[in-house]
Amino acid sequence: MATSVEKAGSVPEHCPGTESANAGKASACAGCPNQQICASGPKGPDPGIQLVKERLEQVRNKILILSGKGGVGKSTVTALLGRSLAAADKERNVAVLDIDICGPSQPRVLGALNEQVHQSGSGWSPVYVDDNLSVMSIGFLLSSPDDAVIWRGPKKNGMIRQFLSEVDWGTLDYLLMDTPPGTSDEHLSASTYLSQAGLTGAVIVTTPQEVALLDVRKEIDFCRKVNIRILGVVENMSIFVCPCCKRLSEIFPAATGGAKKMCEDLKVPFLGSLPLDPTIARYCDEGRDFVGDLPNSPAVDALNGIVTRLVEMCDSKEE
Amino acid sequence: MLEGVKHVILVLSGKGGVGKSTVSTQLALTLKEKGFKVGLLDIDLCGPSVPYLLQLEGKDVHQTDGGWVPVYADNDQKLAVMSIGFLLNSRDSAVVWRGPKKTAMVKQFLTDVCWGDLDYLLIDTPPGTSDEHISVMEALKAVKCDGAIIVTTPQQVSIEDVRKEITFCKKTEIPVLGIIENMSGFVCPSCTECTNIFSKGGGEALAQLAQVPFLGVLPIDPRVGALLGKACVTELPDSPSAKTFNTIVQKIT
Repeated sequence: MATSVEKAGSVPEHCPGTESANAGKASACAGCPNQQICASGPKGPDPGIQLVKERLEQVRNKILILSGKGGVGKSTVTALLGRSLAAADKERNVAVLDIDICGPSQPRVLGALNEQVHQSGSGWSPVYVDDNLSVMSIGFLLSSPDDAVIWRGPKKNGMIRQFLSEVDWGTLDYLLMDTPPGTSDEHLSASTYLSQAGLTGAVIVTTPQEVALLDVRKEIDFCRKVNIRILGVVENMSIFVCPCCKRLSEIFPAATGGAKKMCEDLKVPFLGSLPLDPTIARYCDEGRDFVGDLPNSPAVDALNGIVTRLVEMCDSKEE
Repeated sequence: MLEGVKHVILVLSGKGGVGKSTVSTQLALTLKEKGFKVGLLDIDLCGPSVPYLLQLEGKDVHQTDGGWVPVYADNDQKLAVMSIGFLLNSRDSAVVWRGPKKTAMVKQFLTDVCWGDLDYLLIDTPPGTSDEHISVMEALKAVKCDGAIIVTTPQQVSIEDVRKEITFCKKTEIPVLGIIENMSGFVCPSCTECTNIFSKGGGEALAQLAQVPFLGVLPIDPRVGALLGKACVTELPDSPSAKTFNTIVQKIT
């Protein structure tokens, strides 16, 4: 599968692939601007893939949270899913890994700002926000909230490899990986490194309006190109209930039928909709436990439905 | 590179989905309405939104001796647009590229598009502080760049990423023209009660903290999102958004 990732872009027709023993030497390589790099580079699959596989052997379900579009609530949905999975069953071990290197949000959303990561003989210890919910993010490694991580792809790649191969998660039932928007380095790196470790699949988050769906369709195309199973789509910020008059408003109008229609068109499972609830935004800003504090709100209701379907989807593969 | 362009303005945000593309297109349209010749370059390669927001999907870029001819959004050719969206076969296909390829594309957009004479070139960026941003900054070192407009939403989780973007601007010595706070409060159409869905005032507080100018507040208004190529200042002249766009344009021109 790793080669299919490397070949996902528009490579010349007879390119042997960068990992092939023939890289840079095949007849098709003559005249290719990358010939020298390919010929002199290390051969064979990245050793990181094996390290990641060994490290994540005790992790039952590995789920990527993706969205082509930014700001649709990937981090919020990841945190809510994590909290909900952890709260539903105290025996279940859940972890959140934030691979958004340039804009990490998990420390804030999960209320772990200013926490530190400790290094031990068995690797980095993640930060525990609950007995059975741990989190790892580059946010814990920065000295100030103003610190910008101005990195090009290869450095981000190295960081993701470290996160995947050097964090001591222990035994986990669910590892949720929160990603940055787009279909680029972070996504390719994560899917390459996880190729041997058995990635369960991806949850795709979107909002209802066309400008978001446009990018999300690209993300679904990406998943298909690199062979990631789509566990389902979550529609976030779907309906807003005015707290004063209870009138429903579509803030991000689903002019083209919203996520449900897109799922039907593209034949991917639809997991459910989450309403636009200002309390969620506030709870996220303050890092409080929305699921535990407001168990009767319509959003938590909807969330529980989504989690149930997600668990079913994950288990259905294992049969 | 960009010889005929008088002013270059970047639209940045550390956070995604805060409205960079909406703000960029509306600013471009507002500038055009004021009589300027405007160019809009979309360097969000993995998620180009400008073609949709200006209803230019399916238009083609033509190649001439002088370079790529941008797509014009109007008959008078006063708003020129360039985006990777025009180069894709299908609107659903993903651009799965690592950094070096994105860098090359961004450079090509800056050097090979024949914009002609422009008063303003607005550059819409993807979220983050990575390849596209570094490339565009490096390329623009040779050209006079007026500065960056930073878009944010009011909640903390967005402000946090935007602080990183300001640090990025400081490190790369790009002046910050100001901060725009988008999605600040939603006025219910039936009871006119204003709900601060993503809280309020974060952008202004950030501007004070970082000591950069504050350009204005844009409320959540689904009508603006539905404009698709029409200028807010002409279609909804009495809306608070139109007023803000007018003031912002006054401040930056």
